[in-house]
Amino acid sequence: MSAAIEIRDLHKSFGSSVALDGLDLEVGTGEVHGFLGPNGAGKSTTLRILLGLLRADSGSVILLGGNPWTDVESLHRRLAYVPGDVTLWPTLSGGEVIDLLGRLRGGLNATKRTALVERFGLDPTKKGRTYSKGNRQKVALVAALSSDVDLLVLDEPTSGLDPLMEAIFREEIQAVRAEGRTVLLSSHILSEVEALCDRLSIIRAGRNVETGTLADLRHLTRTGIDAVLADPPVLQEISAFPGVTAARLEGDRLTCSVETTHLGDLLARLGPHGIRSLTSQPPSLEELFMDQYRRGSALTDQAAEARA
Amino acid sequence: MSGYAATGTLVRLALRRDRILVPVWVLALVALAGGSASSTIALYPDPAKAVEAARAAALSPAIVGMYGPIADPNNPDSIGALKTLVLGGIFLAVMACILVRRHTRSEEEAGLTELVGAGVVGRRAPLTAAVLVASVTVVVTSLLAGLSMAGAGLGLTGSLAFAAAWAGIGLAFVGVTAAAAQLTETARGCTGFAIGTLGVTYLVRAVGDTSAELGWLTWVSPIGWAEKVEVYGANRFIVALLPAVFTIALIGLAFALLERRDLGAGLVPTRPGAAVGTPSLRSPFALAWRLQRGLLIGWLVGFAIFGLVLGGIAGNVTSFVDSPQVADMLTRLGGSAGSLGDVFLSTELRFMAIGAAAYGISAALRLKSEETDLHTEQVLATSVSRRALLVGHAVIALGGSALLLLVVGAGLALGGASQFNGLRKALGHLLPAALAPIPAVWVCVGLALVVYGALPKVVVVAWALLAAFLVVGELGPLFGFPRGLVDLSPFSHGTVVPGGSVPGAPLVALALVAAALVLAAGVTFRRRDLVSS
Ligand SMILES: Nc1ncnc2c1ncn2[C@@H]1O[C@H](COP(=O)(O)OP(=O)(O)OP(=O)(O)O)[C@@H](O)[C@H]1O
Ligand SMILES: [Mg+2]
Repeated sequence: MSAAIEIRDLHKSFGSSVALDGLDLEVGTGEVHGFLGPNGAGKSTTLRILLGLLRADSGSVILLGGNPWTDVESLHRRLAYVPGDVTLWPTLSGGEVIDLLGRLRGGLNATKRTALVERFGLDPTKKGRTYSKGNRQKVALVAALSSDVDLLVLDEPTSGLDPLMEAIFREEIQAVRAEGRTVLLSSHILSEVEALCDRLSIIRAGRNVETGTLADLRHLTRTGIDAVLADPPVLQEISAFPGVTAARLEGDRLTCSVETTHLGDLLARLGPHGIRSLTSQPPSLEELFMDQYRRGSALTDQAAEARA
Repeated sequence: MSGYAATGTLVRLALRRDRILVPVWVLALVALAGGSASSTIALYPDPAKAVEAARAAALSPAIVGMYGPIADPNNPDSIGALKTLVLGGIFLAVMACILVRRHTRSEEEAGLTELVGAGVVGRRAPLTAAVLVASVTVVVTSLLAGLSMAGAGLGLTGSLAFAAAWAGIGLAFVGVTAAAAQLTETARGCTGFAIGTLGVTYLVRAVGDTSAELGWLTWVSPIGWAEKVEVYGANRFIVALLPAVFTIALIGLAFALLERRDLGAGLVPTRPGAAVGTPSLRSPFALAWRLQRGLLIGWLVGFAIFGLVLGGIAGNVTSFVDSPQVADMLTRLGGSAGSLGDVFLSTELRFMAIGAAAYGISAALRLKSEETDLHTEQVLATSVSRRALLVGHAVIALGGSALLLLVVGAGLALGGASQFNGLRKALGHLLPAALAPIPAVWVCVGLALVVYGALPKVVVVAWALLAAFLVVGELGPLFGFPRGLVDLSPFSHGTVVPGGSVPGAPLVALALVAAALVLAAGVTFRRRDLVSS
């Protein structure tokens, strides 16, 4: 699987504020890649660099085998973009915008266009300003999805869509994946990422925090433990076990949280103390991400340790 | 009275946002008024000579058509206000228009009024705040201007009358813009309406001032009212009540319209558009044309009317005997010698060239608003190159501004055909003079493009340069600016008076400079980041 996007050690500053600080990102051809991170992490900046709208300060960026800054015209025939803030020309109708953007890209698939307008329930005769937020977003989505490009770059494409439209969007992306095309999807909607993405990258403060499949990521996080022990050890002893945090002992009942990699180890250490009952709770998707967003670099270090 | 909650807060917000724009503009206008007054006094140290010049000017429809009548030719002070009353009044009106628009329709279009309006802010508060800020600025500017003229040595009563007359023009356009901001959905449309009204106002009084039968026309123009105050003559302060009443009526109208419309909307609801793009809508140029054609057509109509009317006035002008004093005065105040009709026409053509440059700059800077409105991001994400995007708008700016001068030349010839023995001769006489400023106008457009390409955050520099060229050309001789400074303006080179010969070299040189600027714009634009604010 060759890479559709390969970014190494990318740096970008705006004046004194650093937006990207050594970012790495690799998106394989044919995969749907989730791109996540807290607000201001640098997602949109990365996408804009990929589109040649911003110029990287340093680092290497290879997009579809080309240079995104110099090979604009040839590369952009092969990709479509939905920007983070969709603004439409006030004097152009939605239909005109879809056709215009498609033609400027080098042509659009008329059959797909008609089908998508229908599926998303879009009224193409309205003028820019008179669309609601969600409908503006649909115009941009139809414009991007109705061309047969190799790569879709989507910056929070479903912001403002209702759940029905969100479901249609997911089906469309599945169809894109089935055709072997590549999608880079920046999103804050975790269920969307879970449903669509083969792999994902989490960034924070302009750096990578984590890359991998969702299963990989789950593995890196912590599991909640609630156990009743026949002969509990002293609390200090438990807290010193590797990977254990937030340990509390109330009588014979222990609650703590443990890094998933150290789960087996913990159970082995608790075994001699007589486990009477035990519930373990895998982290929810939300907890998983919040953990990543908050802890950021610390976790990367741990992950590196764990791999070593 | 309800609906005014938080007006004070909005006023403070506006003052904060305008803390650079307003002082700069006020200072410039005050300096213009005071500077012209003291320079004129320096030009005519002998009051008798000034009176002589004033008498001659009063008899000259060319001068009257351009700058308005002289209230009392026997008062030497009247020359000190000749160039500033109408011309400066127009600058003041433009300032009023920009100030009102900035805090009403522009904010509304950007969605800021919605954000603010969700707080405890009265429905009428934003418009009230804008009108207050603009009106106070206009009145303060006018008073300071009047005082600076008195300080320069002109009579105090006349100077205060000047202040009243100026304030009248400025306030009238506070009212016009307040109403326009309710009618149109876009800030661009609001400007078009207000500035178009300003043009009509200028023309109507020009016709009224120079025609015996249509003299009443001056009384229906806010700029005409300023003339009727008769500064440094009868000093009729009472006439200044006319614009005051007019302004109050228009602001009342604006509030009435405000009550009848939705936030963000104009009075006319937006009509649905085409479901599919026409086959021709497929290139960056087609998009630029689609976005810009309305504005260009508006300007073309305006320039055609200006040409026709001014051509007609020129017919009257030449029927008067040329007077050496007037010719002398025109040369001293800044202008070229020649037959009176031709002097009149070349002066007006200078203004029209500045107007065409203003159009060209605004058309070129459409690139900037496209970029900040995030439209450029979408276009450049397709396989459109930055160069193609730039060229699309540049062609419209360059071609449109040239077309404007062609239209005004044709209009002048058509309007003044009778005096030149037919249209063909008139065209031969006038077109070269009308078209000669095209390379200079293109230099202005090129400068705007370079500023956009290299320093998109300060595109206002392009406007500042145009204002500087106007001041240098119009007031340079009066202020005695050194030749080197005057020569910095592209409009100082390759000028052609009607019927005069066309100097090839400077025009070619200007065209080359313009071409170099456009190329530089392309190079700088291709190297920089897109800006999103
Ligand atoms: N043109 C600019 N000038 C200055 N700073 C900028 C500019 N564009 C982005 N930044 C800064 O760069 C950082 C990254 O912004 P970016 O828009 O890439 O974040 P993001 O990950 O897309 O966030 P969000 O989830 O909110 O969309 C932020 O701190 C932002 O303030
Ligand atoms: Mg973003």
